Amino acid sequence: MTMERRNFLKLLGAGAGVATLGLAGCATTNKAGARKVVVIGGGYGGTIAAKYIRMQDPTIEVTLIERNDHYISCPFSNLYIGGLMPDLSSLTIKYDQLAANHGIKVVQAEVTGIDAKAQVVKTSAGDFPYEKCVVSPGVDFRTNEIKGYDDQVMPHAWKAGPQTVLLRKQLEAMKPGGTVILSIPLAPYRCPPGPYERTSMIAMYLKQNKPGSKIIVLDANPDIVSKKGLFLKGWKKHYEGIIDYRPAKKVTEVDNKNMTVLIEGIEEVKGDVINIIPPQKAGHIAHVAGLVGDDGKWCPVRSFDFESRKQPNIHVIGDSSIAGAMPKSGYSANSEAKVCATNIVAMMNGRKMTEMSAINTCYSYLSAKEAVSVTGVYRVNASSQAIEAVPGSVGVSADLSETEAMYAESWIRNILVEMSS
Amino acid sequence: MRRKWSGLALAISAFAFSAAANAIEPTAEILSYACAGCHGTQGASAGPSMPSLAGQSKVFFIDAMKKFKSGERTGTVMARLAKGYSDEQIVLMADFFAKQKRTTQTTAVDPALVAQGKVVYDNACKRCHLENGKEFEEDTPVVAGQWLKYLQIQMGEFRDGKRKISEKKAEKVKSLTAADWEAVAHFYASQK
Repeated sequence: MTMERRNFLKLLGAGAGVATLGLAGCATTNKAGARKVVVIGGGYGGTIAAKYIRMQDPTIEVTLIERNDHYISCPFSNLYIGGLMPDLSSLTIKYDQLAANHGIKVVQAEVTGIDAKAQVVKTSAGDFPYEKCVVSPGVDFRTNEIKGYDDQVMPHAWKAGPQTVLLRKQLEAMKPGGTVILSIPLAPYRCPPGPYERTSMIAMYLKQNKPGSKIIVLDANPDIVSKKGLFLKGWKKHYEGIIDYRPAKKVTEVDNKNMTVLIEGIEEVKGDVINIIPPQKAGHIAHVAGLVGDDGKWCPVRSFDFESRKQPNIHVIGDSSIAGAMPKSGYSANSEAKVCATNIVAMMNGRKMTEMSAINTCYSYLSAKEAVSVTGVYRVNASSQAIEAVPGSVGVSADLSETEAMYAESWIRNILVEMSS
Repeated sequence: MRRKWSGLALAISAFAFSAAANAIEPTAEILSYACAGCHGTQGASAGPSMPSLAGQSKVFFIDAMKKFKSGERTGTVMARLAKGYSDEQIVLMADFFAKQKRTTQTTAVDPALVAQGKVVYDNACKRCHLENGKEFEEDTPVVAGQWLKYLQIQMGEFRDGKRKISEKKAEKVKSLTAADWEAVAHFYASQK
């Protein structure tokens, strides 16, 4: 009985998800929003969703709403922190070409809410009715979990821009022989290998520019989250004595005046430059619009098309979504956006939906010339309906590689050109 | 009680299956769109070390993917990603990219090396890489107009024996020097 009941509940769950699948195909009752898609967020996910909807059906009107007039890529921003780039200009995209090439209406505004019932996105620049809405807001920080946190003193630099510049300036101003602290939150967070790439890039900067300095890594996780063997190998090869990696050290409190952090309220560590990457949650608008699940952090979605399991006709892609086995990465967001766009176009034209197929490819630099990668191909498991990795496709580089660093440079070129044109 | 539960479960399960059957298998588009993050929208690469796939030979694409998949061709990310696809899916992707318009890159080349590369091409390459590398013969790829950096990486791998050379090619290229490989990379990159 217990077993059967469990099965029943499981099936009920699957059935509930599938029930909305039927509904989603119905014509909208919202006439003002008919054949209109509103995309919120102009990053790795949003730009691609907007573009691939228009590429597949130019009769659908697409509006992309973004609060800034530009976007700075988080991937590769660690290279700027490490001193490998003079500024962030090569990581910055604008929207004019994307808008012109694909007939996307780009609106610079702050989204204040989504009325899921009326199918209207509310913004500082007015209301935008929709038939389908795509939400791709990236992450927000659970700063309440770190007492005293102030990003102007201890930057997160986990959203590229002024925060990234602040962290680099602090490193430049630090005295030789100083101590940098990097605090890593518990997974899941944006870009699993990112904190370890940052560790490498800061260590490289210290080795070259600040003799006698070190970096203490306080990782809330029990171990290195991604590409562990490769990072350890690179650290041993290049940064012996510079990196002090400490697992299971969760920072819970900071003292901005004395430049100390407190681990689990007990152990105090002092630094000259302190980079706190706070624990994360779905972007603000996802919370306002009621898209967040029972965990209070991330957005549950249907695997086919990333439609929210909380609100009909709203799709959540990228870091904010719970995409099964897919990591929270820029490439995942790009790939998810295409799956979402393709099925939105199918639904709006009364066609059958397509099963998802997606990729993640993510590079991390260990030194100025060496990088490593992690890859995966993802699909929907036919019985569980969850997104899973295709066996054999997930893996990391065999070794640190100069060739992979060359490929990485082309990765960032291609993906930013794809987003901006 | 027991029968009631299982009956309900059955009913719901049937519903779930019928709705899932409503979605079709991944199409050529959905499979191929995923490649564009690295290889450019519709296979037109903007990254100097990454090949364009647009307009590529279908036979070559399938052959390359199957070799990555089996491990016969060594690679970095492709050796892993290729394992994520069935042979049927590889054919769909090959079709998609073969249909896209071939793009050429504006890449800086050395005119002296282009001239030198033309001689190498005429002697060793043109029987299979037709029309200065713009056309393909079955399993040979289109190489004209690819990025110089990409061509240099591949030529270097042939030169160093890291990328396996087919038998018919091995005979032709066995006498090529490092300078010849470099020159022919410039030659192909210069072709529009």
